[in-house]
Amino acid sequence: MSRIAVLSGKGGSGKTFVSTNLSNIMNNSTYLDCDVEEPNGHIFFKDSELKYEKKVYRDIPTFDSNKCVGCRDCVNFCKFSALAFIKDTPLLFDEVCHSCGGCELVCKHDAIHYEKSQVGTLSVYDNNSKKIVSGEMRIGEASAVSLISEVLKEVSDNSIIDCPPGSACSTMESIKGADYCILVTEPTIFSLHNIQMIVELVELFNIPYGFVINKSNKDLDYIIEDYVKTLNKKILAKIPFSKEVAQITSEGKLITNENEDVKNLFYNLLNNINEKVN
Amino acid sequence: MKIAIATEQENLNSQINQTFGRAPLFLIYNTEDKTSTFIKNEAMNAAGGAGIKASQFLVDQDIDSVICFRLGENAVKVLSGANINLYSAQANKSIQENIELLLNDKLEALVDIHSGYHHG
Repeated sequence: MSRIAVLSGKGGSGKTFVSTNLSNIMNNSTYLDCDVEEPNGHIFFKDSELKYEKKVYRDIPTFDSNKCVGCRDCVNFCKFSALAFIKDTPLLFDEVCHSCGGCELVCKHDAIHYEKSQVGTLSVYDNNSKKIVSGEMRIGEASAVSLISEVLKEVSDNSIIDCPPGSACSTMESIKGADYCILVTEPTIFSLHNIQMIVELVELFNIPYGFVINKSNKDLDYIIEDYVKTLNKKILAKIPFSKEVAQITSEGKLITNENEDVKNLFYNLLNNINEKVN
Repeated sequence: MKIAIATEQENLNSQINQTFGRAPLFLIYNTEDKTSTFIKNEAMNAAGGAGIKASQFLVDQDIDSVICFRLGENAVKVLSGANINLYSAQANKSIQENIELLLNDKLEALVDIHSGYHHG
């Protein structure tokens, strides 16, 4: 029983591929799609029934020009420089605002109040014994963090967390409660470069981790293997580069339902992780 | 008129800095008395919103014009909001030369406005 986060430095490495297939072979699992800028994991779970959908909001400050005296306490307080003061009025840059509430606290004139602003939508599906949770960001929204934290409220003790690509705030938010991180790589220099940043991140969070090589190629795997050796870590699984895998995935199907060998590979991966976590 | 220019060195013969919000220094050039003042850019190491913070500083200095290569959209919002004129700097020309070009109406309005360098 564990909460497994699936990460990769770059997009297209196979996070959703690994996440959905791993979730598929786990009983009573919860699949959480935290890649809220482009959620597509739910597509792979056919015959899902939408249980509920809700709007997710974050709080942003509004300014009462009748009460504002122009003291700038709010502007000076904001550590993110989300406020400017122009033409005797505070000006909010809502995509820079972290919704910390500080400006409202420091305002002595009761001129600042927080209002709700929609960040996106959360959808929860039932799929046989599984729960599928998906966040989708509103177009134009800059920060995914508050939506991801809402997605993660649906976490269970048997969860797969499909993280956003990269190593920025949204990825950090996604791995906060994880017991284990799977780092999905490809045997390319580009993937190696990006996965090194992910290693720095998970080590900072002190979460145990291991590697999966996707699109494995015996002539190129050394690119990742040599690096993994220097960390004294092991490769948990290698998923072969195969036309069949690509074809089935592109049709929105799960390879673990279609190919016994790959299904066994995912079972081994899961057992490997369970040994490390429990 | 007060002109602001992002720079790395306290020298009118040096080049204009490629970035704005995270430039080390700002030159404030006063065309009335021809004085140059170099001021450290406090926004240089800001955790976020450096363009906003640097722009706010220039607004508070009562700047009339900014000469630069490019600006982020948030900086533009602050500077334009305060009716500051934005001019596109000429490459391979010194700060001094760019100031003279502006005074002779030879600089174009700034067109290179980007969406900022945000990292999550």
